[in-house]
Amino acid sequence: MDIIFKNVTHIYQPRSPFEHIALNDISLFIPSGSFVAVIGHTGSGKSTLISHLNGLSLPTEGEVRIGEFTLTKDKKPENLMELRSRVGVVFQYPEHQLFEETVRKDIAFGPKNFGVSEEEIESRIREVLPAVGLSESMLDRSPFDLSGGQMRRVAIAGVLATKPEVIVLDEPTAGLDPRGQKEIMDMFYHLHHSENLTTVLVTHSMEDALKYADYVIILNKGKKYMEGKPEDIFIQKDALHQVGLDVPEIVEFIASFEEKFQTKIPFHNQSISQLAQHIAEQLRGVGR
Amino acid sequence: MNNLMIIGQYVPGDSVIHRLDPRTKITVIFFFVVIVFFANNLWSYSTLIIFALLSMFSSKVPIRFILKGLTPVWFLIIFTFLLHLFITKEGTKVVDFWIFEFYSGGILQGIAISIRFFLLILITSLLTLTTTPIEITDAVEEMLAPLKKVKFPVHELALMMSISLRFIPTLMQETEKISRAQASRGVDYRTGPLKERIKAIVPLLVPLFVSAFKRAEELAMAMEARGYRGGEGRSKLRELRIEKIDIGIYIFFIIVAAIVFATRSYG
Repeated sequence: MDIIFKNVTHIYQPRSPFEHIALNDISLFIPSGSFVAVIGHTGSGKSTLISHLNGLSLPTEGEVRIGEFTLTKDKKPENLMELRSRVGVVFQYPEHQLFEETVRKDIAFGPKNFGVSEEEIESRIREVLPAVGLSESMLDRSPFDLSGGQMRRVAIAGVLATKPEVIVLDEPTAGLDPRGQKEIMDMFYHLHHSENLTTVLVTHSMEDALKYADYVIILNKGKKYMEGKPEDIFIQKDALHQVGLDVPEIVEFIASFEEKFQTKIPFHNQSISQLAQHIAEQLRGVGR
Repeated sequence: MNNLMIIGQYVPGDSVIHRLDPRTKITVIFFFVVIVFFANNLWSYSTLIIFALLSMFSSKVPIRFILKGLTPVWFLIIFTFLLHLFITKEGTKVVDFWIFEFYSGGILQGIAISIRFFLLILITSLLTLTTTPIEITDAVEEMLAPLKKVKFPVHELALMMSISLRFIPTLMQETEKISRAQASRGVDYRTGPLKERIKAIVPLLVPLFVSAFKRAEELAMAMEARGYRGGEGRSKLRELRIEKIDIGIYIFFIIVAAIVFATRSYG
């Protein structure tokens, strides 16, 4: 499903001393099937932005279109439930939403609400468990007996079991150890391709944005600050610094390398090994 | 939900009322509430209304905001007015309409009681609108200090109060967050039969309790780690001090009270 924001403004508690403009005239186009990273400082409006994607928030002004669903000022689509079944949201610290007695029931909670049949739910559970890296032996345990990382996987499985077409990830790796972070992100990347998802990733990690996303949107104080391909965005070091963001380490490295050796290495989102090879060739050239 | 919560939400500011010592505010409001029940004629009511409006304007809290905060109470005020209108049968009969008879006493009584309600709510909400919860707790602790002599756990009480006040916004945020997460998983809090809606509260309450217990444990640990031992010999970051302006307010209020007692009708 294509996602379109047309001049969207969102104001919290309008006309009160606590009035806060969270989104200010945002226009976006996220084509179906793309992997988009939304980056910004705390309070830049990222979370408000994604709450428009499944109708949790409605724009104060402007219009949001997700596939055939349209959200405007005071008009929720009548089939809000269908929108929510097709847009899955993994919130920050999703393990906080677990409440059922067993892992099985918790994963089944979403699909059940959306009216999926018992047999279908059972087959979906068997499908999503290996995808998130959990074993079937855990199904009858209480989610509260699991480790933090496992709880998060259960929560993610609960969202995946609703079989969304668009998946929204709000800092899905926050608070995990480095290995867990990589596993979770690789899993979403894999699902993105195997299930033909449209993925919106909210992150603080420039590395993740560079590695996984094919489009980057940078927000600052509720406004769209920059957008484009990651390799074009992340070389604009000064512009990023201006809004308190860093560039990925690999870009930082290339910049210092270029300065030190007075050479040019074009950055095109190459992997570390490609970069190493490039550098090795250059150095060999210098040595000769 | 957020709109109703505005009642009594602190509005930052630097007005005279904001700067008053919270003890002054609590004392004055306490006696104001008592005196409201002594007023019984036009003069005494007008004095109190002028005092309340004066406090309201000098607090510099936007009027629209105060009125919005009063919305949940309008119903109560109107209801008591109507109740008196229909039930009280004093004075002369003014209107005879179908099966109802309205008496002048009923109308006056209705107006008087509504004004009382309005004054009480306005002045008490002014306290919370201009005083941070922390200030209120500090004031309560100071004012109850004499009770320490009879082994009343004043400090502990104040601590409990400030902790619970401190966690109201946190828990509200948490509720909002979890209800959004569950709504995204297809929980419908707004429509459907009552039974279904009550059932929909479980996915909200369980995570809320889990996180509240976790928070309590973490807070206890953090307090112990910093050597918290209760009130004995504990000094304060913000000392409360009675300034000239507080004394001024006390004197002004005593004058107001005197006017009310002088003008109210006796007998």
